[in-house]
Amino acid sequence: MSEQTDTPSASPPPTEIGLRVRDLSLSYDNTTALKRINVEIPKHHVTAFIGPSGCGKSTLLRCFNRMNDLIEGVEINGTIELEGEDVYAADVDVAELRRRVGMVFQRPNPFPKSIYENVAYGLKIQGEASTASLDERVEWALRSAALWEEVRDRLDESALSLSGGQQQRLVIARAIAVQPSVLLLDEPASALDPISTLKIEELVHQLKSDYTIVIVTHNMQQAARVSDFTAFLNLGELVEYGETDTIFRYPKEKSTEDYITGRYG
Amino acid sequence: MSRHISEQYDLELGAIRDQLMEMGGLVEQQVQDAGAAYVTHDMSMAQEVRQRERRLNAMEIALDDQCVAIIARRQPAASDLRNVIGVMKAITDLERVGDEANRIAKMTLQILDQGIPAHQYGDLRGMHQSVIAMLNSALDAFARVNPEAAAEVIKADEAVDDAYDAIVARCTEDMSAQPEEIKHLLTTIWVARSFERIGDHAKNMCEYVIFQVQGRDVRHQSKSSL
Repeated sequence: MSEQTDTPSASPPPTEIGLRVRDLSLSYDNTTALKRINVEIPKHHVTAFIGPSGCGKSTLLRCFNRMNDLIEGVEINGTIELEGEDVYAADVDVAELRRRVGMVFQRPNPFPKSIYENVAYGLKIQGEASTASLDERVEWALRSAALWEEVRDRLDESALSLSGGQQQRLVIARAIAVQPSVLLLDEPASALDPISTLKIEELVHQLKSDYTIVIVTHNMQQAARVSDFTAFLNLGELVEYGETDTIFRYPKEKSTEDYITGRYG
Repeated sequence: MSRHISEQYDLELGAIRDQLMEMGGLVEQQVQDAGAAYVTHDMSMAQEVRQRERRLNAMEIALDDQCVAIIARRQPAASDLRNVIGVMKAITDLERVGDEANRIAKMTLQILDQGIPAHQYGDLRGMHQSVIAMLNSALDAFARVNPEAAAEVIKADEAVDDAYDAIVARCTEDMSAQPEEIKHLLTTIWVARSFERIGDHAKNMCEYVIFQVQGRDVRHQSKSSL
């Protein structure tokens, strides 16, 4: 927990910390998107970021694997530690960081290649050349993503032939094939039908024993269902952070209460 | 509390509270009349209580159904969830208060069937007035969502419990002196027992008020912690 008392910060999670954010601010074009965020994301748990559009939740998520580096004129202050290492340190290999911190977006974005090639892609880039070893890892990743039974007989077919929900699970398989420690999910189910959404949520639940998962969602019931911890952001600030059970039953801050109960703030 | 973005949601939440208060008003009348019928030996008043009981049961079912519909359709969270849960719990307590009033009315009819008894035992009238006041204050605290007023009602329950103990002690004593009155004395104890239970239900409703406002479960806690 931060020693700052003037900024909202996290109640100390009871477990090991996966990501530690300290005094993180982000601005671009004279716009401050994040204001001195302090938060500790527990390892091997699911943490949800919720808040109205433009509150900074996706921006914060994208700091974890330095996706915001691509924004022109962006200025980032503060630190983010991934298992004790500063992700913004000068000597960090950003490609390696993104292997360790996988990301899944709102719209499934498989490569226009076969199902097999999608999952094997990252492994091949890493230099894995043995067919047997690739086969094994592809199967393992597809099984982990709860997709294996649906695609085992059609691994050579185009990934684009899969349904939206299957594509999203394929993208998750692609991310976990390279054995990351963190999975960032940015609205992973908002383009999916209710059944596919529940499959993704169930998958998140299964994956958390091996990965630290951070999910951004506009769907509050989804945050309530899948996450262990919830952070509410508003206007670039972390307003409240705590166990999901507490946030959804007894939020401390009025703006959190107003947001999760659908009131005018 | 600010308004919901969905005005319809505000109306739905307002409607269940309004109906709970309507049910509460009917329950108050039941307790008033049942107790009065017993202590004044009024057979027709006891019969009216028995008839109104059915209306109360219908209100309970309708209101419960509306609460379940809100949960299914709105998936309330935080204070909204506590509000709906509080109303649902209060419905159950009010319905049980109605059952106690009905029981008193039934005992009134049974005892009058055997002729008007010679005596009133113990301070049943005083206990009756105390539980009416408790029930009234509990409904008021619920309507105004006032945890301080609710805490006062919770504390007042102790006096009702004491009054019950006193009536039981007095009746037990009289049983050995007047064995021919045992049947009537037992009925007096049962009526006092019903009043005591009504006090408990009023107290429960007040605990839900505190839960709604403070998110704190004060059931089975010492009075000093309120």
